[in-house]
Amino acid sequence: MTTIRYALKKSFPIFCGYLFLGFAFGILLADAGYGWPWALACSILIYAGSMQFVLVSFLASGAPLFTVFLMTLLINGRHIFYGLSFVDRFRRAGKFFPYMVFSLTDETYSLLCSAEDPEGIDPKHADFFIALFDHCYWILGSVLGCVAGHLIPIDFTGIDFTMTALFLVIFIDQWKTYKPHIPALTGGICAVISLLIFGPDNFLLPALGAAVAVLLGAKRVITARMAEGGDAV
Amino acid sequence: MTIGFWQSVSIIAVTALVTLLTRALPFLFFGGRRETPRVIVYLGRVLPPAIIAVLVVYCFKNMDFTHTPYGLCELVAAGVTAALHLWRRSTVLSIAGGTVCYMLLLRLF
Repeated sequence: MTTIRYALKKSFPIFCGYLFLGFAFGILLADAGYGWPWALACSILIYAGSMQFVLVSFLASGAPLFTVFLMTLLINGRHIFYGLSFVDRFRRAGKFFPYMVFSLTDETYSLLCSAEDPEGIDPKHADFFIALFDHCYWILGSVLGCVAGHLIPIDFTGIDFTMTALFLVIFIDQWKTYKPHIPALTGGICAVISLLIFGPDNFLLPALGAAVAVLLGAKRVITARMAEGGDAV
Repeated sequence: MTIGFWQSVSIIAVTALVTLLTRALPFLFFGGRRETPRVIVYLGRVLPPAIIAVLVVYCFKNMDFTHTPYGLCELVAAGVTAALHLWRRSTVLSIAGGTVCYMLLLRLF
């Protein structure tokens, strides 16, 4: 299996998810009065799913630039945590480094986390092509959505569950291979508590912050469990 | 378009630049040094499973328990996804099966 075929197969779930979500963004942007070149520019230059949906409301209301600045920082602040996991890995990416940093979305992050790099696959190139293909799916979806904006779309309601299913599958795979389970449990518990306190629109950043704090606090215990080979928890 | 061309361009530009900034920050802080601090290496190892768990919760954040069908579509589809995955361990089969199940349930209830 060549590296490109491997990346295509690996990124297939994102193909379904991004095409649908990108399509939805394109339809919204068209409703706000923007043509497909705008969708193309947004998806190439910004390339952040949930943020681009918020962007449509900024454009429609003509939001002040400082508001745009602050909201983008809050909504995309979670990217800081993604990058932390990949500092060493991306440093080895050489000429691909700038693009890998730019294109690190939630979904690409989760795919790279689950990459097992079978024999005959160059991990550096596999990472790059996975990132690039995901970006292309997003661009394609948003441009198609914007073009189709005023036509009656076929009812694809519910296909966004692809993303949920993807995260679940990665969670199960990690649960089976990664010991100890303290990090996964910490993330899940912090997320549920944060969701109950802050509600669905604001819980992501506090949840990630709390998870990092707990993991740093429990560094000794977790490091010891890892060294043991981690049979327990 | 309710606002002008250049105002649209500047809103998009600010969004793009701040998004890039959030992605580049960890690399700006830790990318230049020859050796990554040990605490960062540690976080790099333990954060992925924690963040994936947070993202799973994130996917279910808009579930509505107060009205019919009480989030049952999401829960049943998630159960189907997990069961398929534990059974066959095929990523594409698990995701396709779960999604088709969810889309059918949405139309039934």
